Amino acid sequence: MADDPIDGRTGAVSRRNVLAAGGAALAITIAGCMSDENPNEGSGNGGGGSGSGDIVITGSSTVYPVTVAMAEEYEQENDVSISVDSTGSGGGFENHFIPGNSDINGASRPISEEEQQAAEENDVNPIEFQIASDALTFAVNPEADWVDCLTFEEVAQIWGPEGAENWSDVRSNWPDEPFELYGPASTSGTFDWVTENVIGEAGAHRSDYEGTEDDNIIIQGIEGSQYAMGYFGYSYYLENEDAVKALAIDNGDGCIAPSLENASDGSYPMARPLFVYAAEESLQNEAVADFMRYYIENSSSELVSEIGYVPANEDLVEENLTKLEEATGGGSSEENASGENTSEGNASGGD
Amino acid sequence: MGESETQREWTKGAGSQIDWRGRAFEGICLGSTLFGILMVLVLLVYVTLDAFAITQPGTAPWLDWGFLTSAHSRFPEEAGIYPALIGSIMMVIVIALSAFPVGVGAAIYLEEYAPDNRLIDLIEINIGNLAGVPSVVYGLLGLALFIRTLRMPSGSVIVGGFTVGLLILPIVIISAQEAVAGVPDSQRRASYAMGATRWQTVRNVVLPASLPGIMTGTILALGRAIGETAPLLMIGAAATIFSAPSGPFDRFSAMPRQIFAWAGQPSDEFQYGVLAAGVVTLLAVMLSMNAAAILIRNRYQRQ
Repeated sequence: MADDPIDGRTGAVSRRNVLAAGGAALAITIAGCMSDENPNEGSGNGGGGSGSGDIVITGSSTVYPVTVAMAEEYEQENDVSISVDSTGSGGGFENHFIPGNSDINGASRPISEEEQQAAEENDVNPIEFQIASDALTFAVNPEADWVDCLTFEEVAQIWGPEGAENWSDVRSNWPDEPFELYGPASTSGTFDWVTENVIGEAGAHRSDYEGTEDDNIIIQGIEGSQYAMGYFGYSYYLENEDAVKALAIDNGDGCIAPSLENASDGSYPMARPLFVYAAEESLQNEAVADFMRYYIENSSSELVSEIGYVPANEDLVEENLTKLEEATGGGSSEENASGENTSEGNASGGD
Repeated sequence: MGESETQREWTKGAGSQIDWRGRAFEGICLGSTLFGILMVLVLLVYVTLDAFAITQPGTAPWLDWGFLTSAHSRFPEEAGIYPALIGSIMMVIVIALSAFPVGVGAAIYLEEYAPDNRLIDLIEINIGNLAGVPSVVYGLLGLALFIRTLRMPSGSVIVGGFTVGLLILPIVIISAQEAVAGVPDSQRRASYAMGATRWQTVRNVVLPASLPGIMTGTILALGRAIGETAPLLMIGAAATIFSAPSGPFDRFSAMPRQIFAWAGQPSDEFQYGVLAAGVVTLLAVMLSMNAAAILIRNRYQRQ
């Protein structure tokens, strides 16, 4: 009878020791990181002056692939930790960038006035860099043989608030079948761009469509029905050229098909700029400024076109670099304190 | 036992119609049992085929040593899960160290100390309710409490661990309560009879006897925690991060968050190959945690 508790107790002691050791280990880890913590937090609010550190990037899912590619290349040469989150343009501004929790926010539309104001009230000063363009693509099922081209007005008629019910409502020789529409959700910058630039009024969009954050769902929806239509960034069309048919767009100059060439020479009417916004306060941190310099310099390279976007041209790169130098206040001269060799190389390469 | 045997004999002898119905019912129940296993098998076969590219002979397997040791890349062949794997493991450690003591403490209080009154009933009902709250709501709670109010760094391991820890806390409490309640009263009485105080009884009798059950329940809850995605989206865990966190206050990405990011990539190689490799890794980690839970249970139940 006395054996049982004693047995149980010795067992408990060894298990307790394991737990205690584990707890102590964590306590030490936490303590060790407490001191690391301050510069990290500072980078979000622009305080930190150290060369290496965390760079936090949030924002548009359209810009995300470009940013990830830049971060991947940059990390191979530099000792920083970059985290990239895909939150949507508006979600990134509202939840991360304006509260000061992220250094850089991608956006597939310009920052809105409300967002600009909210940021300034929080002492965050967003600086805009256009880093690429996208050929926004409207697509239908390959079996929809009656349609190859839409005018701007027809697009607005289909996607506007009082959108057309049937294909035949738009052109009488089209089938008398209802539209099945797939598009981005209202948190998306793509959605904002279409409502402002195609339909002509911010936020005015029909609500009886399938809105999703995941562009692959739009593709699947279009694949699934002959009478479906949807829109998304050109990179998703590039990967699904066999599955969906892209429509040419006519804005008075004839039907122009979406392509990188047509978007870069300005003939494709649905070309839209893609931005990243950096907080001026964060750019005082040399790590963020150096990454941003790298990002701008490479925004004209095939890194961008391989993803399916139109790279920035040389003028834009020059303009962005000037903007960056103004924002850092000639900060590149101060980098001798902690900047790595590569960061100096990049800085001089840009001049 | 003898009685049930005679009953079975009687059923057999009572004509084919009754026997047929009984058989049919048994078959349906067996089918229901197998359904769950079948679904798990289909899932495992499906993702394993994709992860090792078995159906595409020309392609190298997506899940290999390189996948486990490298970070995300825009080239699917080079993409890996290492930072997210380490992030997930660190998050689980934070969860275990935060949810385990609180959960076990609550369970011991409720079972050993709490008076039998309405307030305690209310608390117990609410713990049950909390177990059913959708995980995205916990994510919002984590965002509001840890990031906005307590100003902890957004998207950090510690915020992720605390948030998901809150999520599994009710499950830990309930399973620990069951384990504590399973300790026979006779053992407690024996302890009291030898002059032990209540604290000594809990420490020397109740806790050692219930620890295997508590550990099993906690590890199973951790298995659920490692797969949670929605709370991580809310607290701003990164979709992609290139270096593993080096401490609990670093920003991190977890395996389900990285898998979700791959699912949104435009190319098929990411959506099927790399994604499947990530799913297999996540399942392997989760299943080995569950296996550990079963081992612990079996080892201590033999005593």
